[in-house]
Amino acid sequence: MGLFRSTVGKLVSGLRKTREGTGVAITTILSGKPLSKQLLRDLEKAMIQADIGIKTAIELRKDIEAGWERGEIDNGDQALEMLKEQLAAYFPAEDRSLRMAEPGSGPTVILVCGINGAGKTTSIAKICKSLRDEGKSVLLGACDTFRAAAVEQLEVWSGRLGVEVVKGQQGGDPAAVAFDATQAAIARKVDILILDTAGRLHTQSHLMDQLAKIRRVVQKQLPDAPHEVLLVIDATTGQNGVNQAREFAQSTDVTGIFLSKLDGSARGGIVIAIRELLNLPVKFIGVGETPDDVEPFEPGRFVEAMFEA
Amino acid sequence: MLGNLSEKFENALRHLSGKSEISENNVREAMDDVRTALLEADVHYEVADSFCEQVLEQATGEKVLKAVEPGQQMIKIVNDELIRLLGGDEALAAANEQGDGYVPGQASAGSELLFVSPGPTVIMMCGLQGSGKTTTCGKLAGHFKKRGKKVMLCAADLQRPAAVTQLQVLADQVDREVEGPAGAGVSFYGEPEKCAEYGKAVGVAVEVCKNALKQAKQDGVDVLILDTAGRLHINDDLMGELRRVNAALSPHNILLVIDAMTGQDAVNSAKAFNDQLELDGVVLTKFDSDTRGGAALTVRQVTGKPIKYIGTGEHMDAIEPFHPARIAGRILGMGDIVSLVEKAQEQVSEEEAAALQEKMAQGKMTMDDFLSQLKKLRKMGSMKSILGMMPGIGKALKDLPIEEKQIDQTEAIIQSMTRAERNDVDLLDNSRRRRIAKGAGQDAKAVSQLVKGFEMVSVMGQQMSGMGMLGRMKSMAGMGSAEMAAMAQGAAQPGRLKGSSKQSQKNKRKFKQRRGKRR
Ligand SMILES: Nc1nc2c(ncn2[C@@H]2O[C@H](COP(=O)(O)OP(=O)(O)OP(=O)(O)O)[C@@H](O)[C@H]2O)c(=O)[nH]1
Ligand SMILES: Nc1nc2c(ncn2[C@@H]2O[C@H](COP(=O)(O)OP(=O)(O)OP(=O)(O)O)[C@@H](O)[C@H]2O)c(=O)[nH]1
Ligand SMILES: [Mg+2]
Ligand SMILES: [Mg+2]
Repeated sequence: MGLFRSTVGKLVSGLRKTREGTGVAITTILSGKPLSKQLLRDLEKAMIQADIGIKTAIELRKDIEAGWERGEIDNGDQALEMLKEQLAAYFPAEDRSLRMAEPGSGPTVILVCGINGAGKTTSIAKICKSLRDEGKSVLLGACDTFRAAAVEQLEVWSGRLGVEVVKGQQGGDPAAVAFDATQAAIARKVDILILDTAGRLHTQSHLMDQLAKIRRVVQKQLPDAPHEVLLVIDATTGQNGVNQAREFAQSTDVTGIFLSKLDGSARGGIVIAIRELLNLPVKFIGVGETPDDVEPFEPGRFVEAMFEA
Repeated sequence: MLGNLSEKFENALRHLSGKSEISENNVREAMDDVRTALLEADVHYEVADSFCEQVLEQATGEKVLKAVEPGQQMIKIVNDELIRLLGGDEALAAANEQGDGYVPGQASAGSELLFVSPGPTVIMMCGLQGSGKTTTCGKLAGHFKKRGKKVMLCAADLQRPAAVTQLQVLADQVDREVEGPAGAGVSFYGEPEKCAEYGKAVGVAVEVCKNALKQAKQDGVDVLILDTAGRLHINDDLMGELRRVNAALSPHNILLVIDAMTGQDAVNSAKAFNDQLELDGVVLTKFDSDTRGGAALTVRQVTGKPIKYIGTGEHMDAIEPFHPARIAGRILGMGDIVSLVEKAQEQVSEEEAAALQEKMAQGKMTMDDFLSQLKKLRKMGSMKSILGMMPGIGKALKDLPIEEKQIDQTEAIIQSMTRAERNDVDLLDNSRRRRIAKGAGQDAKAVSQLVKGFEMVSVMGQQMSGMGMLGRMKSMAGMGSAEMAAMAQGAAQPGRLKGSSKQSQKNKRKFKQRRGKRR
């Protein structure tokens, strides 16, 4: 716990700044008005526009409507409160810190995966910096041997953050790099090894198999590893995010979600749709392009921000 | 989810068909399902609403209400309107004229960019982080080199770590690997020493772009492509940088690069980029995923600018002109059939396909054929998701065992069959099934499921007028959009699928009752 000291203030102001001018806030529409069918429709619309998905949005709207019919609520503010509670309930109190190896059992391995351009490499820089700042020793493994200059990108980060990278041949077997990196992490007795992988679409079965292989190779050397498998999901992702989560979870036993790019105007509601399907915690959010732009996921704040202007 | 969507749409249509006369209410109800389909495909809320309004206006006129087959008439209106919105009137005319408007190797109307002579023609790429700008720069360079152009790629992203190297690697690769006529080529311009950490190089790109243009003129380059850094549309500093590049170089084409998996937010980013830069066109990347791609409609609607290309992979040749009819079908869940056929063709040779078609037509497909087909499907990547896009059949094929593990199981089961059984499934009575299950180390249910799947494909093969699945798909690829839509309807109702359609109608009734009660 306490891996990332939350600077919620920064997030709030970051989100505020970015969201100005993206339409009238649902808060404003609902505030101070008696509840009506129209307001409920507006609420549903706000949910859909946050990428929560139409099915879930309709269900949630109906729940609120039922509450209204039962006389539990009768104005817009109460409806919004009720909705926020229901949304936050998707993310009950759970351990959202990184899973660490048992003390004395060797390095903790964090495997990072996701579709192309989701923000994996940048998110790794963020996690790396936080851990380093906590005094942990970190090693990076450059398992993206495919994309042009992917290794160089990770090397730039390692240089800036003062950690080392294990790399292989461009075009080589990423599982071989994972093997070397794990060996190196054990030999050098580092606290944490973070493996960067190539972006891959969840529909490409051979690439998903490759990811499973990376996982197996690591596990062979450290039976409890990878301790954490983070799936990076871009907050602008639409309903396809559900397919992404399902397929990645199936092939690599994802342990948590890193929701990147939440500093834009997208609301990231797709993690709600994902949660409908998979019992996966969202662990971190990315709110910018520097290694400092990371926050622990905080359901209350997240839901709050979902309906802000 | 994918299957669901086509089901939805089919339901809406089934609703309409089979009734001799329909009312405005029927149409409205069906449009509700279309709207849901659009939202599930990530079309923006308001865009979906206005689309449905527009269609309703057309559909509630004489033409539909009095039509002999109102369901089909209605699908045609929906489909046509979608094509028109995605690609303009020419696209619609093309789609109705030449199948789906797709002529292999030829760009569809309005798809190519504006070129000036004397050059260089300047193209500026812009978009959110990670959308695929740099990759698309490489792809476009190859595309133009093939067509005889001398291309220069300029690294105007001085901020993302190794972005300059990334573009340089791609430029070298494309110049090496893509063949072009004499004089064509791809060169690179970059000033890596100007790179800086995030936020510290804002504005520097303007200088670099100016220098690149100077160099391009000197070198007699035809096309100069500027790869700018990814940025949020709400970041004033970085948007300002783009405006300054725009002012300094007046690019002939400004292309917005958007991820096809983008959700509702596409409306905000597309609008902001268009407002500040006056886009000339859009490139939608990562269309090789199983996204419905509703963002295409959103972006087109909010910017009014044409979608010029789609990206369909990570490799440098994975770029295609945009074909509105293909994407329209995909958004509606009617299947991107052309893509399916192309994938299938990669896996199966002409002779193989012909032989199998012959067998299928005669109802002589064997378990061995079936297994080999499953294995091929498996190789086509996530066939399930693609098959899910197929009109009508998507739903039926959903349960085919084509995952790796399932294929192993299936193989074990088939290997436990005798030769006679493999060639004639009718032999498989319960006692045989039990024996086979035991031999394969699985339960009898697994065997029954396999037989069911086999029979389904077998029947489908025959139904497809003796052409076999591949042949049928090929012929579908050449179909007009209206015919395709009609197919969607027809395929949804063969005898074998009746059970499920009844079921869904029942569900629908239940749903309505519930809805009624609440009101
Ligand atoms: N605004 C913003 N940008 C981000 C965030 N995370 C990553 N990015 C940017 O998104 C782009 C892609 O990030 P990468 O880390 O390279 O993504 P990736 O998933 O490693 O990409 P591939 O390896 O090519 O699949 C870069 O320009 C990053 O700076 C974030 O939280 N906010
Ligand atoms: N599958 C697939 N991947 C693509 C496609 N286009 C780009 N990519 C991948 O998406 C990721 C991001 O691509 P980039 O070209 O680096 O994106 P970018 O917009 O330049 O990123 P920034 O410069 O960081 O904003 C890479 O992994 C690319 O290989 C496509 O059409 N299909
Ligand atoms: Mg990466
Ligand atoms: Mg780039």
